[in-house]
Amino acid sequence: MKVAVLRFPGTNCEFDTEYAFEKLGHDVAIVWHNDTLLPDGIDLVVVPGGFSYGDYLRSGSIARFAPVMKAVTDFAKNGGKVLGICNGFQILTEAGLLPGALKRNTNLHFISKYQYLKVANSDNAFLNKYKNSDILHIPIAHADGNYYIDDAGLEELKKNGQILLKYVDQNGNIDSINGSVEAIAGVCNKEKNVFGLMPHPERAIEIILGSDDGIKMLQGFAS
Amino acid sequence: MKAIVNVYLKQGVLDPQGKAAHHALESLGFHGIEDVRIGKQIVIKLGSMSKEEAQNKVKEMSETLLANTVIEDYDIKIVQ
Repeated sequence: MKVAVLRFPGTNCEFDTEYAFEKLGHDVAIVWHNDTLLPDGIDLVVVPGGFSYGDYLRSGSIARFAPVMKAVTDFAKNGGKVLGICNGFQILTEAGLLPGALKRNTNLHFISKYQYLKVANSDNAFLNKYKNSDILHIPIAHADGNYYIDDAGLEELKKNGQILLKYVDQNGNIDSINGSVEAIAGVCNKEKNVFGLMPHPERAIEIILGSDDGIKMLQGFAS
Repeated sequence: MKAIVNVYLKQGVLDPQGKAAHHALESLGFHGIEDVRIGKQIVIKLGSMSKEEAQNKVKEMSETLLANTVIEDYDIKIVQ
């Protein structure tokens, strides 16, 4: 599989993401925000975490107008798979490629810790290696992860199986640690080719670092 | 000519920063506060153009970039 990892000024997870996909045997190209084209033959575009453009105005609001995002939008509209992690999730919602928006965490804290997640829907390219209700342990690190969508939008998400992951406690009980509507940690678009989540699967790929629960997410795309 | 754009979270969308400021004000002894909302003010200096042109231009800027209309409302004031 050929993976393009985007890099904006302020991105800081591009090398972790590159490392994770290379460890799984994939080719990775880091693509600069000013590029207008993606490399040929790309199977997956990853918009990685970080603080693109210093989170000025709103997280992701400036990055979404970078030249490379036009190519990413075309890629997604043609059915190409796109994954946004953390700041990447914020960028994809700002770009309108994913529904909803990410607000400041309700407790106003930057929350950086290992977090339990529950798989809400595994019937998609991203989570197909898991079963519904599987509990994962994956790091989160964000200030603006408070997922918001209006009631009509939420109904759409539910109807189409677009809710991917929810924040839970270690017993699997819903625990909206950042204030997200229905404790949503990740969603996909209706066509199920664009995915976004606040947690960092690329930071959970080796037991020595605390968890390897993220591997199967990244492997999902290759199957 | 100047445009002043105020951007704030929509009514009904919880404003965590406003809530924190509300609590802080109350703990300082300022009572009788019903609600505190925190937004941003963006001041844009414009070249010479008609008021109507300025209004239209800044509305487009607000819809495109300055506000995320999924969660935010905005208002525009054009001043000389």
